Amino acid sequence: MPELKSRLLQALIAIFGVLTIVFFIMRLSGDPTLLLVPDGATAEQIAALRHVLGFDRPLLVQYGAYLLDLARLDLGQSLVQHAPVAGIVAERIPYTMALAGGALLVALGVGLPAGLAMAVWRGTWLERALAGFVLAGQSLPTFWSGLLMILFFGVYLGWLPTSGSDDLASLVMPSVALGAITMSSFARMTRIAVLDELSRDYVAAGRARGLSYGAVILRHVLRNAAIPVVTIAALEVGNLLAGAVIVETVFAWPGIGQLAIQSIASRDFLVVQTIVLFVSMVYISMNLLADLAYGVIDPRIRRDR
Amino acid sequence: MRRISLGTALIFAGLLAFIVAAIGADVFASNDPLRQSLLLRLRPPGTATATAYFPLGTDDLGRDLLARILYGARASLMVAALSVSVSLLVGVTLGLMAGWFGGWVSIVAMRAVDTMLSIPAILLAVLTVAVLGPGFFNLVLVLGLTRWPRYTRVAYAQTLQVAALPYVRAAEMAGCGPGRILLRHVLPNIAGPLMVVATSEFGLMILFEASLSFLGLGIQPPYPSWGSIMSAGRQYVVRAWWLTAFPGACLFGVVLCVNLFGDWLRDRVDPRSQGR
Amino acid sequence: MIALSVRDLSLAIGRTNIVDAISFDVAPGEVLALVGESGCGKSVTAQAIMRLLPAAIRQTGGEITLGATSLSNLPARAMRDLRGRQIAMIFQEPQSALDPLATVGNQIAEALRQPLAKVRAEVRQMLVEVGISDPDRRIDQHPFELSGGMCQRVMIAIALIARPAVLIADEPTTALDVTIQAQILALLRRLAAERQTAVVLITHDMGVVADIADRVAVMYAGRVAETGPTAAVFATPAHPYTALLLASIPRLSDVPKSALAVIDGQVPQPADYGAGCRFAGRCPRADRRCVAETPALRPVADGRLVACFHPVGG
Ligand SMILES: Nc1ncnc2c1ncn2[C@@H]1O[C@H](COP(=O)(O)OP(=O)(O)OP(=O)(O)O)[C@@H](O)[C@H]1O
Ligand SMILES: [Mg+2]
Repeated sequence: MPELKSRLLQALIAIFGVLTIVFFIMRLSGDPTLLLVPDGATAEQIAALRHVLGFDRPLLVQYGAYLLDLARLDLGQSLVQHAPVAGIVAERIPYTMALAGGALLVALGVGLPAGLAMAVWRGTWLERALAGFVLAGQSLPTFWSGLLMILFFGVYLGWLPTSGSDDLASLVMPSVALGAITMSSFARMTRIAVLDELSRDYVAAGRARGLSYGAVILRHVLRNAAIPVVTIAALEVGNLLAGAVIVETVFAWPGIGQLAIQSIASRDFLVVQTIVLFVSMVYISMNLLADLAYGVIDPRIRRDR
Repeated sequence: MRRISLGTALIFAGLLAFIVAAIGADVFASNDPLRQSLLLRLRPPGTATATAYFPLGTDDLGRDLLARILYGARASLMVAALSVSVSLLVGVTLGLMAGWFGGWVSIVAMRAVDTMLSIPAILLAVLTVAVLGPGFFNLVLVLGLTRWPRYTRVAYAQTLQVAALPYVRAAEMAGCGPGRILLRHVLPNIAGPLMVVATSEFGLMILFEASLSFLGLGIQPPYPSWGSIMSAGRQYVVRAWWLTAFPGACLFGVVLCVNLFGDWLRDRVDPRSQGR
Repeated sequence: MIALSVRDLSLAIGRTNIVDAISFDVAPGEVLALVGESGCGKSVTAQAIMRLLPAAIRQTGGEITLGATSLSNLPARAMRDLRGRQIAMIFQEPQSALDPLATVGNQIAEALRQPLAKVRAEVRQMLVEVGISDPDRRIDQHPFELSGGMCQRVMIAIALIARPAVLIADEPTTALDVTIQAQILALLRRLAAERQTAVVLITHDMGVVADIADRVAVMYAGRVAETGPTAAVFATPAHPYTALLLASIPRLSDVPKSALAVIDGQVPQPADYGAGCRFAGRCPRADRRCVAETPALRPVADGRLVACFHPVGG
């Protein structure tokens, strides 16, 4: 229980820190009013807006007001779209979630078996081949692999739609592009975790009571190796949401990533701010969730709680 | 003396090629990367005219792709090197101080690290560049000032260990000030692990620069960057594959070499991690 | 009748011999102690018998026979069927030899190749037999909820539940408290006698040997130096190494672990194994012949075998 409490406290500190950082970044340019006015506004309009938005108050007062608004879940009004920011962003979240889910599926589906195989067949040609594959995945710029896939599967073979969000098929290429880097870190992490477990005495003991090597891995090694892998799985969800900024732009996928870039172009900075806050909150909650998941997998912790 | 394998030699060759191309861009490029020629738009690789030769073809404004890729390498190298230097400086200073002074200094520093790591790097960079406006200088500043936490973590952990070593304690007794001890005794001891982190960050920075430029938030036109070349080439991906293929392959190759170099370096710095 | 027979077993890492033509037999219900200093090859011998050698180590010669079955050329599949049923093993550190995430009951049931639900009664009965109180609760607990001694009892339950003919125990008490050690050894002794299990007990503790072994094989640097009934070997050791080993045991055998260090000189490393008797460098009776020729095991009084040109009292 005390462990859980300190985790919660850490998460709260991180949330507070993120809010603070974002607040000050928004004011880095000197006058945040300029970020929010539509192009072509006159000096009087700007001054009026500055007053309405309270940017003429002292910084600390603004900071307090900002925290209060967020505490009331009031994310502000978009001056470009004349609608509440929360609604604009919320509309796009399901698309990004679908994309991140697809990417996670790709990353887990390929990364875990690859990492496991690299550990079990250590020192063989299979390990070397997979290591090359993993390294390539880690070094691939997502926008390049995205474009190549569009060119090959979309244009040349004509198997998959090159952009848009009409059906499940259009989710395939963005998911693969987004999932590649995450797949690599899963594979690396799984390999290390499984290697660690394979050297333990209970593996030899399992074989000594007549289990095959495969059975020892299935029944004992995998569950033990899952513990460290779960943490990074949770952290990777945050990275996937961030990576969506690029992948969604390449594939014209209407999620929050594309929205962020569009909003920068249309100078709708409250939307960008909200997206950054949202992704960071997801990241922090996933972190917390990973800590809780430990308890489910590991009976040693379950009992402490 | 360790023998260097063929694979390692290839990694070094790849990195060397990147650095030489970046530094000597003006020597190797036979055409001006900014010079447009609307009559020579989207010409395929190997196009030759009476006065010029375009080994990798031309872009949508008729500029020489090879020249743009060479100058793009320069942008990439400069952004990555400078921003790694900035974040190294910030991160290591913070980590050394946190490890040496402990107490509330370390608490504040490590909470700040956690917080920075809670905002996915690319989003943080996108937001900041968008607020400050794009451009070379802002790009370096933003990447440098957002990517320091990993150095702080490593420097902090290593400083804690090194500070407990007898000879460091002895130097402290002999009256050396903290600045001197940190610089003369602690820093050399933690240089290895820091180099490993810096290498992997270097690869990431190259990717970030390209990504931000691809999104239009990095190097601004008409100046070339691998990311912005591909961003322009995106519309012509069917008609002019070379605009996407060549800069992307360069980017992939360089990042691959940097990552391989990082693995190699880590095995040397920490032999226990061999093959991990 | 012989339950397990090891004939001229040799093991090597690359070109270095680590075990050199060792032989011994164990009869049903008998406890054979395999003693020797650290690194002399006891554990690798056990692994070779189980056919679970690490990849780096090869068997270069010899024959291992379980009852009437020769293990050396058995297909892997058949060997796996024998493990746990015909031949079982327990380990030095019981807590790390158990999967921390699986319940005790599930791990015991695996030795029967049945799901726990099917064999719960049998598993519970086995827990009672190895002296675990409150078996109904313990059966569903995880290893971290049990003490080291209890974990070793669980390991014994895993090893014996399928009634194997042979049990190999590799330093089963080294990691345990002294008081627990005696209980575990007594338990092993009793169960082996009741079930007529042949036991190979690996140890470097002469006190343990005296307590429970019927016969003893003393190993030195990858070879058997002397073997015979425990009582006879302890009364009149024939190999100079055995003699020194016994002489260096304190009267009350309560600190036996440090005992071996008392003998002068160092055990040679496998890479330095040369011709001649490997104990020659430390032996007070060694002469030129000991350095040049390898002494073979030959019979002396009381059914003992000794590999020495100048046995004590002979
Ligand atoms: N997995 C392995 N890889 C390489 N060498 C090994 C391995 N296991 C054992 N050895 C070597 O084989 C020799 C015999 O080791 P073994 O573990 O059998 O000794 P032991 O008699 O059991 O010692 P201890 O009393 O310390 O357990 C030693 O020289 C050891 O270094
Ligand atoms: Mg051993």
